[in-house]
Amino acid sequence: MFQALANPQRFMDFSRWAAPLVGIIAVILITVGLWLSFIVPEDYQMGDTVRMVFIHVPAAYMAMFCYACLGGASFMGLVFRHSLADAAGRACAPLGAGFTFLALVTGSLWGRPMWGTWWAWDARMTSVLVLLLLYIGYMALQAAIDDEVKAARAASILALVGLINLPIIKFSVDWWNTLHQPASVFRAGGPSMPPDYLWPLALMAIGYMALFGSLWMVRVRSEVWRKRANGLALQAAG
Amino acid sequence: MNGFWVMLRREMAMAWGRGGGPLLALTFFVATATLLPLAVGASPARLAAVAPGSAWLALALASLLSLERLFERDYEDGTLDLLALGPVPLEAVAFAKGLAQWLTNGAPLALAAPVVAVALGAELRLVPLIFISALIGGLGLAFTGGIGAALSLGSKRGGVLIAVLVLPLFAPPVIFGAGAIEAFAGGLDWHPALALLSAYGLAATALGPFAMAAACRNALS
Repeated sequence: MFQALANPQRFMDFSRWAAPLVGIIAVILITVGLWLSFIVPEDYQMGDTVRMVFIHVPAAYMAMFCYACLGGASFMGLVFRHSLADAAGRACAPLGAGFTFLALVTGSLWGRPMWGTWWAWDARMTSVLVLLLLYIGYMALQAAIDDEVKAARAASILALVGLINLPIIKFSVDWWNTLHQPASVFRAGGPSMPPDYLWPLALMAIGYMALFGSLWMVRVRSEVWRKRANGLALQAAG
Repeated sequence: MNGFWVMLRREMAMAWGRGGGPLLALTFFVATATLLPLAVGASPARLAAVAPGSAWLALALASLLSLERLFERDYEDGTLDLLALGPVPLEAVAFAKGLAQWLTNGAPLALAAPVVAVALGAELRLVPLIFISALIGGLGLAFTGGIGAALSLGSKRGGVLIAVLVLPLFAPPVIFGAGAIEAFAGGLDWHPALALLSAYGLAATALGPFAMAAACRNALS
């Protein structure tokens, strides 16, 4: 499938109808998921704030999924030198940064009523924050180099370095957290999730994935168009 | 192998020759540490609690300073083009540069780190561990930093860009380095932290040159 879609023309033909279709699926899934998340009963401990779960958890999951996609696209771009893979990496980073930011903001908003603090230097929060910094570094590097091909290759190398480092950072932050023994702001254990909550969560997670897929295709399409427009402008200038 | 030693000697001479070598980084290190009491207050109890940790933070920041010139100078005057064409593989050149960065920057900073930490109020028994952890950690900082330096070749915002690229990657060495000292100060087992710090430094030494060489080839292409 990747081989077939690596051809820009074939990708454009495919994404012409796939991007809107996946987008519609995303809208339906997220609408139903949001509706379900408002009608599920309150949690006996967290009350109404439990509804944050359905926005927050899929965003955190997508933050990591997007980085995996970014790493995959970077690998394809570096090894096979597909121009489409470079465009895919470039298109992926802001989406991933967006999901990461959403996860951090909703987590912070949720933390206030539940733990009584906007931010705690918890292992998971810290490593998500580092993930956001990695996304920003990727975008900054891409923006700082004028030559587009070189910028894409440099950013791909950085993405792969980050991909190797992410598990190390995650591990080190977890290790640091157990060393520091923070005040336990987190409820220990808690009830395992009832099916009432599982359904909207699953719908939202798949909806976010579809939203990402659709936006990704739209952004790659616009990259391809931009390159064509640049080529035409160069041709016209003679 | 001979070419590698020539490269290493050249890098060391360059680092010492122009710009006073590690003096700039050392001054920056001391200056950053000086701002700490001014920022958090000079009461010994408060300073002593954060002394080893902030010494490590200042160390990470100070090791960023000379990274900008690590590849940029050779890139601008065309030396890097010649090195890429020469018989020594670019990976070995990158390894020599990283090693020289460690010897001329990391090692002097490691010597200064215990002095700064003690001045901030760290206990004297911590001194050997602060030196060793700063020395080993410097290896990781030099080679991870070198990747950022090579990647930002050809961009117009060298220094700040390197910091943005590299600082998130500095998280593990800072955690393990400061963690070892904190564990030792707290009477806990500090060996695992030092072992993990060494592992990070050696992994960065082994893998970093390949990323640096790839980034240089990309910038030169």
